[in-house]
Amino acid sequence: MLALDFSFLTPAVISGYIVKGFIFSLQLTLIAMLGGIVLGTLLALMRLSGRPWLVVPAAGYVNTMRSIPLVMVILWFFLLIPLVIGRPLGAEISAIITFTLFEAAYYSEIMRAGIQSISRGQVAAGYALGMSYRQTMGLIVLPQAFRNMLPVLLTQTIILFQDTSLVYAIGAYDLLKGFEIAGKNFNRPVETYLVAALLYFVISFSLSMLVRRLQQRIAIVK
Amino acid sequence: MPMIEMNNVSKWYGRFQVLAECSTQVEKGEVIVVCGPSGSGKSTLIKCVNGLEPFQQGEILVNSISVGDPKTNLPKLRARVGMVFQHFELFPHMSITENLSIAQVKVLGRGKDEARERGLKLLDRVGLRAQADKFPGQLSGGQQQRVAIARALSMDPICMLFDEPTSALDPEMINEVLDVMVELAQEGMTMMVVTHEMGFARKVAHRVIFMDQGRIVEDDKKEAFFGSPRSERAQQFLSKILHH
Repeated sequence: MLALDFSFLTPAVISGYIVKGFIFSLQLTLIAMLGGIVLGTLLALMRLSGRPWLVVPAAGYVNTMRSIPLVMVILWFFLLIPLVIGRPLGAEISAIITFTLFEAAYYSEIMRAGIQSISRGQVAAGYALGMSYRQTMGLIVLPQAFRNMLPVLLTQTIILFQDTSLVYAIGAYDLLKGFEIAGKNFNRPVETYLVAALLYFVISFSLSMLVRRLQQRIAIVK
Repeated sequence: MPMIEMNNVSKWYGRFQVLAECSTQVEKGEVIVVCGPSGSGKSTLIKCVNGLEPFQQGEILVNSISVGDPKTNLPKLRARVGMVFQHFELFPHMSITENLSIAQVKVLGRGKDEARERGLKLLDRVGLRAQADKFPGQLSGGQQQRVAIARALSMDPICMLFDEPTSALDPEMINEVLDVMVELAQEGMTMMVVTHEMGFARKVAHRVIFMDQGRIVEDDKKEAFFGSPRSERAQQFLSKILHH
């Protein structure tokens, strides 16, 4: 029988071990989301541009990223970049850059679908009013694509939040790492991993519920 | 000097020719109705006028500016050519007022308040002032199309293109849109209108162009077109859409 004892998880322990990791996980999620959406939107526009010199590199990038396990991208980036730039990169910075670049591939597929969901007539209307490509995209197409895709983008972000735990591969101090170290120091690994799992579940599940409600609201407005 | 001049315009989709040596011209203040069976190329033709569709051969001049010339600043030209679409194409994520002011502000560089004022005036003109703060999705098709006309007018166009403006509308809404168009025509707006509404053509058109299989088959004064169209194809077409 498992003899579980959670009494060591005092507020002091939580603020000493967990909070720091939690903040980094959130930072990583938010930065990778914002950066990934911006970069992903650019990639999507490149792929839809119809110009081979933009389409080919964008498609190559997206397909490559989507074909490699995230944990390998994290590792390789962390190990290779020091060789390229000549000095080591901190695990946290490395993780932020890797996640942004990696998630961009997934966000770009979502944005591509979103952009394609807007009728060509909307584009024609923008052009007919004298708008440039930039204005038509920025004022007409992307805001609608973004709104249509918001639930999917947020769902991808929930997956991203769960995936941040993979930075254990390069030793970055994230939420999971905080629990892991606390577990080691107090010799309670089962308890800490349980609480960690519960925390990931509660956060992800409540966000999913929020997304579902948002989806219903968007559906009504449309 | 004509407002719109087309010389031998041809266009292909791959090997399929959609426009074959189309030539015509529209004088300032003239109202031209373009009709013909579906697939005859009339919508494509009108979209070539403001460069929404590229064409491979021939030349189109709008206000003496060549549409097909790669050096032409197309956005600048389009800003002066109003266009109304079959499916309205209002921007669903913006209120009616925003729909009317966005291009004035972003393209013409007008101030927000000025753009809003003009927008409201035009809404008044199409009888929709009360809908100013609604969103397109809350309006009927006929109302949306009237807003779309107001939006095109907000740019102070030198001519207007209409691409089947009433064919997506329920029958009871067609007249409210046609009324606005008739009024425009009577005020002297240069208009090129792709439509099957022959009542509109009889009332305000100066000339009627009949297209078939990418060609301009007839290009007549209205009286001549309705009196005695020369081509058999046009006669058939007229007899099909007029007698019922």
